[in-house]
Amino acid sequence: MISRIHGLLKARKISCLELVAKYLNKIENLNNPLNAYVNLTADFAIESAKNVDKKIASGEDFGLVCGVPMTLKDNISTKDLETTCCSRMLKGYRPIYDASVWERLRLCGSVLLGKANMDEFAMGSSCETSCFGGAKNPHNHDYVAGGSSGGVASAVGAGIAAFGLGSDTGGSIRQPASFCGLVGLKPTYGAVSRHGLVAYASSLDQIGPITVGARDAAIVYDEIAFKDEQDSTCVGKKCSAVAHLDDEVCGLKIGIASQYFESVDSDVERLINDALEVYRRMGIEIVEVSLPSIAHALPVYYIIACAEASSNLGRYDGIRYGPRAWEYEDIHEMICKTRSQGFGEEVKRRILLGTYVLSSGYYDAYYKKAQLLRGSIIEGFDRAFEKCDAILAPTVPTTAFKNGAATLDPVKTYQTDVCTVPVNIAGLPAVSVPCGFDSKGLPVGMQLIGPKFSEARLLCLAYHFERLTERCFFKHVDGGVDLDEI
Amino acid sequence: MKYEVVMGLETHVELSTKTKIFCGCTTEFGGDPNTHCCPICIGLPGTMPKLNREVVKYAIMAGLALNCDISKISKMDRKNYVYPDLPKAYQISQYDRPLCERGHVDLSNGRRIGITRIHIEEDAGKLVHQRGKTLIDYNRGGVPLIEIVSEPDFRSVEEVVEYLEYLQLTMRYIGVSDCKMQEGSLRCDVNVSVRPVGSEDFGTRTEIKNMNSFTNISKAVKYEVQRQIDLIESGGKVVQETRRFDDSSGVTESMRGKEDAHDYRYFREPDLVTIFTDEERVDQIKKLIPELAHKKLERYIKNYGLSEIDAKLLVKYKRVADFFEESIKDLKSCRNCANLILSLIFSKFETEEQKEKFEIKVSPEAMNELLKLLEAGKIRNNVAKKTLEEMLESGKRATDFLSEEDLKGLSEQELKAVCVEAVRSNPNAARDYLDGKQKAVKSLIGFVMKKTRGKANAQLAEKFIIDIINSKN
Repeated sequence: MISRIHGLLKARKISCLELVAKYLNKIENLNNPLNAYVNLTADFAIESAKNVDKKIASGEDFGLVCGVPMTLKDNISTKDLETTCCSRMLKGYRPIYDASVWERLRLCGSVLLGKANMDEFAMGSSCETSCFGGAKNPHNHDYVAGGSSGGVASAVGAGIAAFGLGSDTGGSIRQPASFCGLVGLKPTYGAVSRHGLVAYASSLDQIGPITVGARDAAIVYDEIAFKDEQDSTCVGKKCSAVAHLDDEVCGLKIGIASQYFESVDSDVERLINDALEVYRRMGIEIVEVSLPSIAHALPVYYIIACAEASSNLGRYDGIRYGPRAWEYEDIHEMICKTRSQGFGEEVKRRILLGTYVLSSGYYDAYYKKAQLLRGSIIEGFDRAFEKCDAILAPTVPTTAFKNGAATLDPVKTYQTDVCTVPVNIAGLPAVSVPCGFDSKGLPVGMQLIGPKFSEARLLCLAYHFERLTERCFFKHVDGGVDLDEI
Repeated sequence: MKYEVVMGLETHVELSTKTKIFCGCTTEFGGDPNTHCCPICIGLPGTMPKLNREVVKYAIMAGLALNCDISKISKMDRKNYVYPDLPKAYQISQYDRPLCERGHVDLSNGRRIGITRIHIEEDAGKLVHQRGKTLIDYNRGGVPLIEIVSEPDFRSVEEVVEYLEYLQLTMRYIGVSDCKMQEGSLRCDVNVSVRPVGSEDFGTRTEIKNMNSFTNISKAVKYEVQRQIDLIESGGKVVQETRRFDDSSGVTESMRGKEDAHDYRYFREPDLVTIFTDEERVDQIKKLIPELAHKKLERYIKNYGLSEIDAKLLVKYKRVADFFEESIKDLKSCRNCANLILSLIFSKFETEEQKEKFEIKVSPEAMNELLKLLEAGKIRNNVAKKTLEEMLESGKRATDFLSEEDLKGLSEQELKAVCVEAVRSNPNAARDYLDGKQKAVKSLIGFVMKKTRGKANAQLAEKFIIDIINSKN
């Protein structure tokens, strides 16, 4: 996708301004049913497009992402452009600085079409905790796009953004990518700067791309993974992912852990077994690995994520930015009312949970224990990677949920994160890749998990899979921008 | 019953690094409200702290100066509490892995006060109450602090004050803080309890906050100790609580009880990485620590033969001590120097702050030059004083305005001649002297001094004058 747009711009088949106009036009048609964008930045996009056209006209060299129309999840700070995290709490908040990843892409000439829908403060698995309502699945509007980066997946899947950046704390890039038939990369913790990403759970959050195909994911990853002084935990990438896409994969080992398949839909399991066959055909050896510790991953994730969230979200008090409650007697009541009115149910639930597990008297039983188990999950992966180069697992046990289903039973919805959270706990990279469709025609994704900083290898494995399967798992959705028409 | 007081101190010292602990904003005191701020120190969504390496260095210097072990592995934690002056609703501090541990301070009475730990943290902003409204100034938010926690080793108010004075002096000496209580760069909370003399168990303690001078600390502690004793004597019980000292009424009053104590929900700050400090780094930092005040004091008394009072006054301000030491190079005695500093130069300053800054127009080299003239007998004490006055005023060197004549000194012959002249031109004074008015000689000496522009040795002149008067009769 990105390479094709680059080619079209380079060959002057279309100007960036015309391309952006096409996207904005399609957004106008599609965004009403999809609800992928919560804030369109059309004027800003047109301005950026003009600048790109000037650059191209001057004959200057321009990078692959230059002039490519894209979107950002609404928790990535954009200077002067409203960044709400899809919460009433941040309505009208315009950051005074750019997130490092966006600053980089903006300087590269990427064109921001608008900010994408998400679960409120990235808390949710269906995008439906958004104060703007959920984003729909482009493959079937009766189903959700997934979450929390649902808006990005919906937009890219529908062809109204060429790519997008999401954030993944417990699966929020990979799950919607899987639901919408896209590639979603959750980079190694510390590969991509979090500076400017509105924090949900700081020790788990990572920004990553949602794209049509592994090549695009590699292109975007190469651009956004760099050492950033603004984020002390960020060390950047080890090597270019694009440069290694065509590497030989014959002789590599892919591990399978039975623990990942315990509550997986039969359609999903079947398609992953099919994918294993494809890898065998490439000369890859499939080995059994055991990851018993991931049985604890779900509670560990919800304890750590909620604990950090309860602290990270303490700053929203209506004093410095965001809406403030109207009637109050004193500062205490002002803060209480502002928070009661500003936060949605799911956010309140997680703040309460997090406050509880950190409280004196409960800390040892919950938070401390979770930290210990976190260590054993990390060790479990370390041992598994002594035997294989990557682990293949389902991204989600199911395909996309029906609209409204996820909010009925929160705990049941939490359980659908079972396959994605271990990676965040261990700080590992993982990429979700489309591997088929279920009986309802909804996309199914599989994820490749690797040791730290093995993004290049994971994307290479994903790329080889796409090539061998002739990209048959990327289903075109009508209504979006069709590059073939240009 | 006789009671013993048991106290422990938590002292906050603001570090004087140029920039804040987690961002590049200035740490300067004051400034228009909210002008020393950036997205990081006001905690805008998505911002992340960057640990200032200088802060770690300063804290380690403080730790070394207070005889602490420096932790090889240390980390930052979040202390969660809600208050409008704390923009992130958590303070980034250190919980279970502080930078420095197990230090001590030795007091003049021979007792040793243990230092449990020193950790680094960020300061909060300030609430400003104005015309019924509350405003917030975040300038101070993110200014680096060290918290020095002592063991409950204090047994008297005097010990507390001596310890604090020691901390203040030491921090100033190593240059990590100006430790001004009025500006809040030195703040102290005191944990106070009493117990019957001889008892091993600690009594219930209260924590006193909000004291902004040594005098207030003294007052507050004395009040609180008496309050606790009275309470126990009258059959009551001390409750564990936080009390604030009210400056105007001189009493402590309850702020919040144990049940309202914050649950800070400490956990590791995920946005910052582990702080590793190896021995090599500690050794490097050790080299940055100058001779500390108490060592200097010992040396001044022992090697220079200064009185304890004079030595204390000189070491109290590091710049003064430095000036003193540079000024006395190659001199036989440092008495003249100490005297000139303590009498003449100090009289130019009105406040302690001015002495601390010690801004004078005389360089140590110029001072040394002057002192050498004095020691060589080329000028006399009073000339030296006058000259120094002029040097302080104009910034010139002594040799710039002392004439050849001035420096030549005065031979006995010349002095005698002037004395003869003095007696001759003041016959009344001579008569008065002979009539038994001893004091009359003074006016004659004054004449000689004036005539010789102060070069005369007054004692010698007196002897000559008396001889002349007597010989005439």
